[in-house]
Amino acid sequence: MTVRVSVVEEILSANDQLAAANRARLDAARIFAINVMASPGAGKTSLIMRTVEGLREELRVGAVDGDIATTIDADRIAALGVPTVQINTGGNCHLDAPMLQSALPQLPLDKLDLLIIENVGNLVCPASFKLGVHRSVLIASVPEGDDKPYKYPPMYRGVDCLVLNKMDVLAAFEFDVDYFRRGVETLNPGLAFFPLSCKTGEGLDDWLVWLRNEISKFKLAVDT
Amino acid sequence: MYNVPVSSVHSRGWRTQSMHELSITQSVLDIALRHATQAGARRITRLNLVIGELSSVVDDSVQFYWDIVSRETIAAGSELHFERTPGALRCLGCGHTFPLNGQDYACPACGEAQVVTAGGDDFRLESIEVE
Repeated sequence: MTVRVSVVEEILSANDQLAAANRARLDAARIFAINVMASPGAGKTSLIMRTVEGLREELRVGAVDGDIATTIDADRIAALGVPTVQINTGGNCHLDAPMLQSALPQLPLDKLDLLIIENVGNLVCPASFKLGVHRSVLIASVPEGDDKPYKYPPMYRGVDCLVLNKMDVLAAFEFDVDYFRRGVETLNPGLAFFPLSCKTGEGLDDWLVWLRNEISKFKLAVDT
Repeated sequence: MYNVPVSSVHSRGWRTQSMHELSITQSVLDIALRHATQAGARRITRLNLVIGELSSVVDDSVQFYWDIVSRETIAAGSELHFERTPGALRCLGCGHTFPLNGQDYACPACGEAQVVTAGGDDFRLESIEVE
């Protein structure tokens, strides 16, 4: 005889629970963590390097770098002198909470203020897998086109900050910044938005001010 | 200043060696087996999944991996049933709910641009059928 058993359970609940554990561990260590997501080539590693250069005099920064196979990006970040853990996802298209859990013990957690996590280049899957970070950052770039908020709504509506990189080449592309922003604003009203160029450095200061401010708020919150 | 070599973590075992849907399918199996065991079932014959358009899950891929991950479990040979829920938005101006069209998010009723998601996020195991 067949019996129906009611389940009603979120498929990703196991990941969500581990993400909450990661978050608790980061909070206890007073480390502010960001998850940097973008499509391949949008400038994740470039923004991370610029951020390290801009903040390393005042904050102790660590990095976790997710890649399908190589250590190219992690090597570039580690060359700046920050402790870096490479996660080879072995073909997986996103980082998940268990992977971050494995990476954390390899970092000097008692000597970090900011942990920057570079997710696998992908606009789809990383949106579904929580890691346990404090803020999610999405990098879009001008050459990708202005329609991406309309084509990848789960990614655009789930983030806390949006960087639009490669503004230095805006004139060469038919990129309607207003159309792009309209798509973002409807999905994610009031989202922190920073058009910038990692190449020229234009606009980077605003992003760094936002990040510093978020870190200060976090430290205040965990200390009280 | 640190000067440390890059250390590595490789993801664990075959469960995560492939794509998105493989790890997801494994999660579906874990949840189903737990509930079947609690119910004292000998065999799982069918799983009823709800997958939303916005959940970035491809049901064909889940089906493909299902036969592999469920092999040699009490769910072997079971049927996956997918209920798909469409992506929808609700206008914060007039309350009108409308489907995603992939081009524009403005409300077709009043033109208002402030919207929230009103459907299509689902990704859950609703029930299982067991013997």
